[in-house]
Amino acid sequence: MGKLNELTISAASKGLKEKKFSSVDLLKDCLAAIEAKNGELNAFVTVDAKGAMETAEAVDKKIAAGEKISALAGIPCGVKDLICTKGVRTTCCSPILKDFVPPYDATVIERLKAQDMVMIGKTNLDEFACGGSSEHSCFGPTKNPFDLSRVAGGSSGGSAAAVTANMCMYTLGTDTGGSIRLPASFCGNYGMKVTYGRVSRSGVNAMASSWDTIGHFAKSTEDVATVLQAIAGKDRRDLTTPDVKVPDYNGFLGKDVKGMKIGLPKQYFGEGVQKEIKEAVMAKVAILEKAGAEVMEVDLPSTKYAVAVYYVSIPAELSANLERFDGIRYGKKPASDPKDLMDFYCEARGEGFGDEIKRRIMIGTYVLSAGYYDAYYKKAQKVRTVIINEFADAFKKVDVMIAPVSPIPPFKIGEFMDDPLAMYMADALTIPVNAAGVPALAVPAGKDKAGLPIGLQIIAPQFEEGRCLQVSDFLERN
Amino acid sequence: MLNDDQVKHVAKLARIKLTDQEVKKFGKQLSSVLEYIDILAEVDTKDVVGTNQVTGLTNVMDKDEVIQGQSTKSELLKCSELPVDGGQVRVLRVVK
Repeated sequence: MGKLNELTISAASKGLKEKKFSSVDLLKDCLAAIEAKNGELNAFVTVDAKGAMETAEAVDKKIAAGEKISALAGIPCGVKDLICTKGVRTTCCSPILKDFVPPYDATVIERLKAQDMVMIGKTNLDEFACGGSSEHSCFGPTKNPFDLSRVAGGSSGGSAAAVTANMCMYTLGTDTGGSIRLPASFCGNYGMKVTYGRVSRSGVNAMASSWDTIGHFAKSTEDVATVLQAIAGKDRRDLTTPDVKVPDYNGFLGKDVKGMKIGLPKQYFGEGVQKEIKEAVMAKVAILEKAGAEVMEVDLPSTKYAVAVYYVSIPAELSANLERFDGIRYGKKPASDPKDLMDFYCEARGEGFGDEIKRRIMIGTYVLSAGYYDAYYKKAQKVRTVIINEFADAFKKVDVMIAPVSPIPPFKIGEFMDDPLAMYMADALTIPVNAAGVPALAVPAGKDKAGLPIGLQIIAPQFEEGRCLQVSDFLERN
Repeated sequence: MLNDDQVKHVAKLARIKLTDQEVKKFGKQLSSVLEYIDILAEVDTKDVVGTNQVTGLTNVMDKDEVIQGQSTKSELLKCSELPVDGGQVRVLRVVK
């Protein structure tokens, strides 16, 4: 058939139901795209062609037997390699887990398998999801499909590039400080960062437990809604998922935006944000205003402190979460011959972690150590409260906020590798959203003069993902 | 600026063995991050309560019952590269 891999989920599912093509046909075109492009993009680190083929064939049998199939049945999906997949290697792109094969599925995988997903493989990321460029991976960087000399963004860079390069219809990712929205923006597709607790994190490697969220990348707003419907909701295995009703997300599509109040946080359009990016976002805002939305400026004065809050809180939580990697219960034992248990731990972790992980664990250890805990960790938690309160005040005035995702376009591979602080600044406009625990959807907003994608984010109050979808869908249609 | 001994101390607390070259490199990088986060001191947080959880959950309870996980004990034990003995992973001696 050819080019079936370029379809959206909804178009592919329609074709399956109408028997225009089979799930095996879809999968073959996706595998061909991986074969053709993965060598240069490095989006997938593991491809499970055999497992995917078995599930695709099973779905085709169901269709042939006249069984009703779900919206995601038979649709190829890529999974960030931070998310445990039973029987399929899950490395977190870290040397310490390079051969780890989990004996269980994450809840998100279980839920998608219940819908007959076709899991095509595992996608590249910054080691343990720490980074904004996917360069900190033991498998090497993912490259940007629009310019191979540039990064795909991170940490879910492989997931973003895989969707843009039509290697599959959608992918799963995680967003702790921008790890879905930044790569979605850099690769020109849709990236959903959900409300903290909306999607279960059970079976997903923990980075910073009070910040981590699971979300996804897709080629259209409708597809974002379909996947969200499948994965959202309370899970007994993740007690941070509250019992908040999951609405019908498709019900937010096809609506207008008349009378909707849209806030533009002025700090997100200030110094350091490139002019072309501001203009592209404002052009989309103008479409909404023309359609009757009420646009107003809002104030989030503590925006500039969010990165600092992040770089205290995240390393602190991460240093505790990554204590479990000691080369004993799972992960690589040291190659050397340690003389005692202490030596064993230090060697296993010294050999097994990459630079960015070592940096973050050490920062976390430092800020949690005696004498510094109050000055750094407790202080950061208080500043986080200030940021949360500012979001709450803004949402008293507006229904959603719109802002650029990244202040800069996709940067060159290697550009910030020796300057971690400069790299952290690429997340300056995404991190506050995670601090507040609210949802945001990254949406394509055109390209700059160099042909590189620009993304905007639609930010909504907690558990109001539907509003993000409503505005995004309107922009997609107008 | 963190000196070499401070970096080595933090690395030891974190159970990470560093080469001499790494001590130098990380010392510089960690110092620049720590210097940057000092910006937090500017924010007035008098009477502000710190955030631990963002959606308002407190003391989440579950039924006190045993539920079967997805994987068995032997499957979990197979995740270790170390020798397994009597249903336990054998590690280096702790008490000398």
